[in-house]
Amino acid sequence: MLVSSLDMAHFVARGFLRLDAVVPEEINQAFLHALNLPETFRPESPTAHFSELLGREVIPEVAPGTRLSQAYASDSAIGNMLKLPEVAGAIESLVGRDPVFDHHFLHLAFPEAAFRKHPERHISQHLHQDSTIDPRQTFDIQVFYFPHAVTAFMGGTRYLPGSHFRIVSEAAISRYQNIIGQEHVVCPAGTILLMHMGIWHGGGVNRSGQLRTMFKIRLCPAVRQQQLWDCTDLAPEHFTQQPTFWTRGGQRDPVQKVLMTQEPWFEADTGRLELMNRIRCWRFLLGDPQFDIDYWLTRVENEIS
Amino acid sequence: MRRQKVLVLYLNSSALDASVIGWAQYDGSDQETHMAGDSAEPPYASGLAALKDGWRLIQASPLSSHMPGSEYRTDYLKYEFFFEKLITVKD
Repeated sequence: MLVSSLDMAHFVARGFLRLDAVVPEEINQAFLHALNLPETFRPESPTAHFSELLGREVIPEVAPGTRLSQAYASDSAIGNMLKLPEVAGAIESLVGRDPVFDHHFLHLAFPEAAFRKHPERHISQHLHQDSTIDPRQTFDIQVFYFPHAVTAFMGGTRYLPGSHFRIVSEAAISRYQNIIGQEHVVCPAGTILLMHMGIWHGGGVNRSGQLRTMFKIRLCPAVRQQQLWDCTDLAPEHFTQQPTFWTRGGQRDPVQKVLMTQEPWFEADTGRLELMNRIRCWRFLLGDPQFDIDYWLTRVENEIS
Repeated sequence: MRRQKVLVLYLNSSALDASVIGWAQYDGSDQETHMAGDSAEPPYASGLAALKDGWRLIQASPLSSHMPGSEYRTDYLKYEFFFEKLITVKD
């Protein structure tokens, strides 16, 4: 089930796609049960609890470079989650069929009880971009799997929509505590968030009494990311320049509209550069080097010699 | 004994009266604790509003030339302003 052009434009503009409660409870419970047997959960000792989890076979050791189809047993909870048509279709639309596994990790946010001896450590994670400086146009995705419901008190992943084209160096952005428009994941069980590799994010502080669990997989494309989604829904007017600034308010191509909607935190000048970043990315995805919206790129490419 | 409170505001443009798009606070007097993601609303609407509330501006981002080849690149928040207040605390 490939995503639509509108969904793809949303990913390009904001840096993520969200599939709420897409994973059935049966798979969520199978995943959680294998991870978190009550008799072994030790909230007072996060390190010991984590060491025990590393020994569980529910999350296998997988070498980077492995094809996703070979990374997980097909009858495992993770294997079943990845086979869901909505999940498999979204992954294929973004990074192609059978992408390359980079790494995975189980993120746990322990409740306050785990920090009785060191309350100063019960804080949110600084804002960061994963990996390191990465100026590629080819992009990886990170699949965030929330196997149980996440409430506002549980400190779900905080992320900044539209930050994914910013070329920064991992934790260099940790000084930014709050930015207008930041979002915190609050979601039903079985929600999947597919993030562009560059999105700024951080774990929240867990103020509930329950352990918060999130499983993340990074995937890299093995093919050129060109028209991998269902782009049969693009209207002819999508590819033509439309009047801009001085218009009579007619209906705008909805995909163009999504791509040209700014985030509330964009600066007055660099917000325009972000629109250009999106158009460049859309050109790359369409395989159409002439594509433009509102003349942003054509204007500065009109070099006559 | 005096301690420093630091307020960092990120503005929509280089003008100090431009609107706030991001913020951070660090309290050396230990009266308040702040951390990433702890608020949705900025403490001030603009840099000028912070000045009017007694914050002293101690650093502002310079306006930098654009390096050839990187004119359209976006990276860190561009308009960063550091403010301070000195707070008297007991020894």
